[in-house]
Amino acid sequence: MSESNRATGTASDAAAATTPTHAIKIEALSRGRNTLQMKDETPCLQVQNLNLFYGEKQALHGIDMVIPKQRVTAYIGPSGCGKSTLLRCINRMNDLVDGVRIEGQILLDDQDIYDKSVNVADLRRRVGMVFQKPNPFPKSIYENVAYGLRLQGVKDRRTMDEVVENALKSAALWDEVKDRLHDSAFGLSGGQQQRLVIARAIAIEPEVLLLDEPASALDPISTLKIEELIYELKSKYTIVIVTHNMQQAARVSDYTAFMYMGKLIEYGDTNTVFTNPSQKQTEDYITGRYG
Amino acid sequence: MGTGNINQHISQQFNEELEAIRHKVLAMGGLVEEQIENATVALVSSDVERAEGVISRDYKVNAYEVAIDEESIQILARRQPAAGDLRLIVAVIKTITDLERMGDQAEKVARMAIHLADMERPKNQYSELEHLSDQVRKMLRGALDAFARMDAEAAAAVAREDLKVDAEYDAIMRQMITFMMEDPRNVRRTLDTMWSARALERIGDHARNICEYVIYLVKGKDVRHISLDELSKEAIKD
Repeated sequence: MSESNRATGTASDAAAATTPTHAIKIEALSRGRNTLQMKDETPCLQVQNLNLFYGEKQALHGIDMVIPKQRVTAYIGPSGCGKSTLLRCINRMNDLVDGVRIEGQILLDDQDIYDKSVNVADLRRRVGMVFQKPNPFPKSIYENVAYGLRLQGVKDRRTMDEVVENALKSAALWDEVKDRLHDSAFGLSGGQQQRLVIARAIAIEPEVLLLDEPASALDPISTLKIEELIYELKSKYTIVIVTHNMQQAARVSDYTAFMYMGKLIEYGDTNTVFTNPSQKQTEDYITGRYG
Repeated sequence: MGTGNINQHISQQFNEELEAIRHKVLAMGGLVEEQIENATVALVSSDVERAEGVISRDYKVNAYEVAIDEESIQILARRQPAAGDLRLIVAVIKTITDLERMGDQAEKVARMAIHLADMERPKNQYSELEHLSDQVRKMLRGALDAFARMDAEAAAAVAREDLKVDAEYDAIMRQMITFMMEDPRNVRRTLDTMWSARALERIGDHARNICEYVIYLVKGKDVRHISLDELSKEAIKD
């Protein structure tokens, strides 16, 4: 990780103050057998000693992890282990939940997203999110994708057409919908709707794409299409995915984090986690011995 | 049974992984073939330098085995291949074990070549070994072609060639025994020649094994430990 690799346009003071920490964190990740190759990666998100409480109950315990740029990082773990909670912290979705208290930091390109100066709407533009169930707006296919741009005040018709087309192409949906752009989005199949929602998320060119169980409501073929899409999108975006389906994590991700009871048990490159995990709990979970 | 379409997965990356592993197996096979050829030429022409080259390159064959094994394990863990894809990975894992052993046999021949280089040469200039080597290399090439084209029938035909190799090996043995009886001073040289012939014959057996894996890959039928006639029948079954 060199200074030149680091993304530009963020608070340089924060960067300077945290540089040594990054080095330690990344080194910490490369401990153990089969050295993690995270050394060659540029960090995009850095979660530092993150604790989250729902009222009295602590849901996340001291999470520390570096999520590298333009890679797919998957969270796996049993229900209620905190993986979705952690994912939602990354674009501050948990702010909307009553009684939530968050300690620690999440740095996006070296800037703490929980800093008072951060505009949450702006953060969510940079960090897009796609949910388990496809949630298109009750509008046309075109308007769904154009929605974010309209919010940003884009008016030029030609720019809009171009962005919509590109987003739909990136989401591998263009060929299926190009002749019916102005039909209702509800006429699409579940898998198509999910790709439409991904197109909507990438139309505003976020840096990070958070996917919360993006394929769990889809049939196997639509699931494979979403997975292939994820693989293609990582050349442009940093992708963080939560999945119950660990085979899916094995197929799509570069790095895998296993969580259990609100703690990050193991985090490593996916090949290692799935062939030779260092923690017994991870092994038990991925081999179906858990519980 | 759907093995001819390994490039049609929705996941482009999976296609690439399978293609890469297939390609590596063929490259490893090519290297082994080269090793056998060089070892034989070294023996026949008393070329010690060439023989040493074969011995020092064996690590490359081993490295291929380790790398392909690693990739296969990752595909098993990450892709959970099924049906034809699964058989491909299983066939690959078995094939590379046989290829690696062939590499070891080639190294053995190269070591014999170094021993024999100091000794008096027989009248026939080891032409029987040269011929046997041609035969087994032809088998290896045939087995690799059958693997590349996923052609069970071709694999069965190549497996049948092993009979010729065995017959030729038996003939060499008888000849060597005669040499030893004629003149006990020939014993050392003759033994080394026999070891070389034995190594080449083993290469033929490994090539036959690869053919059996190809039939398993294409037809989904395990054809080990059955007669050649039954094997051929399985290979042409629909």
